[in-house]
Amino acid sequence: MSGHMSKEDLLKAYRKMRQIREFEERIHTEFATGEIPGFVHLYAGEEAVAVGFCEHLNDKDRISSTHRGHGHCIAKGVDIMGMMAEIYGRKTGTCGGKGGSMHIADLDVGMLGANGIVGAGPPLACGAGLASKLRKDGSVSVVFFGDGAANQGTNFESMNLAVTWDLPVVFVLENNGYAESTSPKYTARVGTENIADRARGFGMPAITVDGNDFFAVYEAAGEAIERARKGGGPAFVECKTLRYYGHFEGDAQTYRPKGEVKEARANNDPLKRFAAVVVAADLIDSAELEKIDKEVLAQIDGAVTAAKAAPEPDPESLFTDVYVSY
Amino acid sequence: MFKEAINEAIRLEMERDETVILMGLDVAGSAGTGQERDSWGGVLGVTKGLYHQFPDRVFDAPISESSYIGAAVGASACGMRAIGELMFADFLGVCFDQLYNQAAKFRYMFGGKAITPVTIRTIIGAGFCAAAQHSQSPYSIFTHVPGLKCIVPSNAYDAKGLLTTAIQDDDPCIFFEHKALYTVKMEVPEEHYRIPLGKANILQEGKDATIVALGLMVGVATKAAKQLERDGISCTIIDPRTTSPLDHDAIFSSVKKTGRLIVVDEDSSRCGFAADIIAMTAQEVFSSLKSAPQMVTPPFVPVPFAKNLETAYIPSAARVEAAVRQTME
Ligand SMILES: Cc1ncc(C[n+]2csc(CCOP(=O)(O)OP(=O)(O)O)c2C)c(N)n1
Ligand SMILES: [Mg+2]
Repeated sequence: MSGHMSKEDLLKAYRKMRQIREFEERIHTEFATGEIPGFVHLYAGEEAVAVGFCEHLNDKDRISSTHRGHGHCIAKGVDIMGMMAEIYGRKTGTCGGKGGSMHIADLDVGMLGANGIVGAGPPLACGAGLASKLRKDGSVSVVFFGDGAANQGTNFESMNLAVTWDLPVVFVLENNGYAESTSPKYTARVGTENIADRARGFGMPAITVDGNDFFAVYEAAGEAIERARKGGGPAFVECKTLRYYGHFEGDAQTYRPKGEVKEARANNDPLKRFAAVVVAADLIDSAELEKIDKEVLAQIDGAVTAAKAAPEPDPESLFTDVYVSY
Repeated sequence: MFKEAINEAIRLEMERDETVILMGLDVAGSAGTGQERDSWGGVLGVTKGLYHQFPDRVFDAPISESSYIGAAVGASACGMRAIGELMFADFLGVCFDQLYNQAAKFRYMFGGKAITPVTIRTIIGAGFCAAAQHSQSPYSIFTHVPGLKCIVPSNAYDAKGLLTTAIQDDDPCIFFEHKALYTVKMEVPEEHYRIPLGKANILQEGKDATIVALGLMVGVATKAAKQLERDGISCTIIDPRTTSPLDHDAIFSSVKKTGRLIVVDEDSSRCGFAADIIAMTAQEVFSSLKSAPQMVTPPFVPVPFAKNLETAYIPSAARVEAAVRQTME
């Protein structure tokens, strides 16, 4: 199952997942101190989805993301120092402190932005896919969206558009079982169990995979992306996963069964499952993984320290970049 | 508290009138999770408790603002009085057509045969580092549209009375609640009462200048006026409470006395509420004006994220004070 990944690939994927985890765990603790402004939605628990897809992408490929975007950013290669500084609202942030957690974007690496509007991503990804198709450079676009966003009209319309125009777009549904406090079991009759059932109706291939199994995601992602690259049109991959924290930082989570996260952390954690597979197959020994863990810990620590020490945006920046010219 | 006053207005109207229904994202919460319902009561807990009292009339919606806000409009054209909660006013973009082309125009297009007594409640305002897509105050866009009524309460007492009126009003109303006001404490009568739409509140009367302000900006204007008072400059403060209908008479008659006008507005400066008030005043009572009217608004930019930029963005008491002084020069 990990047959077509070199050891180097495996280590890289693990490092990315660890970076996302550590980044989010650290923001969770820092948020509690009151130093991080605004609304923050954490991706911890869902790492295998972002990394499983982005490991197939290059800088020319585009992704569009959600309010829960830190994981997508890291997986796509946005600089971690810049991200942390952005979340702290600093001048050195990816967006100069003007966007914050919900709007981190880096077009140079094909990251079209986290997004504050649920369901805004799919149409943008169709546009990215159309640009790829017209440029004929073999690039694709991948849109990540949640089970809640799956109900938004923009999402249905975009699936239809992608099929109509035969666009190289891969729809990645992150089904983490909750849209704020609401379950997908309530919001539809088709797709109560697998939302992918809805996508098939639009005439594109759609599958559901275990989103906490990196290798299952990686394989499904590879197929869908390869197909799109070769001109085969859109595809839909539903990844079943779980978020470890509340909808946003500060959410009391009374809508969740007690112990749900504890159980998942113990028995269904995407990083632990990845490690178990590669160690059991003798591909990597656990000391190598621990070394990565230590390096990542230091890296995130450095990013937090630098972000805290960084200056606020210059007051004049309030007025810049509204237009290119005016 | 402001948010309790809103909850109370909805509850009282639901008790008095069985056609009042409520819909929105997580307005109860926990739908389909198997856990106790009503875990959220909306994103900031404003509607908490209503589900248990009216389980058949409180609807959690899928995230699809076009469909559920549109359904609130449709149900209201068919005998219901729907209250649609739109989590943040920034999301009005998602369901714009249902308000702009549908709710607003039914009555006129249908030759006066329809009523659409829908109320859309939504959260506005900067100040929480919620950035460009969760901090806007877009009431001017809706004020622009004939057929819609727009309400921007500045305190808990007004919020309860105005919302009660809006729910019972036969026209589509959009009710803009500033997030910074939610937890402001104020005594509010427990019983049912109404405040008419289109009737300004004159907070204080002065002889030198008229300050018009809405929502959170009423507090900002009041602070500036206190400061000016120390230097012997006395201001009238007018809170129009609703931008459409608008109590222009209250503004015109005050400007006739003071001869000076300052409008404080958190919405965008172009084609907005402040510009509108100044244009009308210039047209109607130009000869009473002793100096050029002043607008105090954010700069013409999206709402920034970083705290220092956001603070500079929001109109401050110091800026209002300076604007008043400028009209006195
Ligand atoms: C148009 C719009 N409606 C509502 C919201 C508020 N909101 C933010 S995230 C969210 C839930 C999204 O759920 P899902 O798509 O499953 O993503 P998850 O949070 O689970 O990652 C909601 C309702 C929003 N930001 N934009
Ligand atoms: Mg979800």
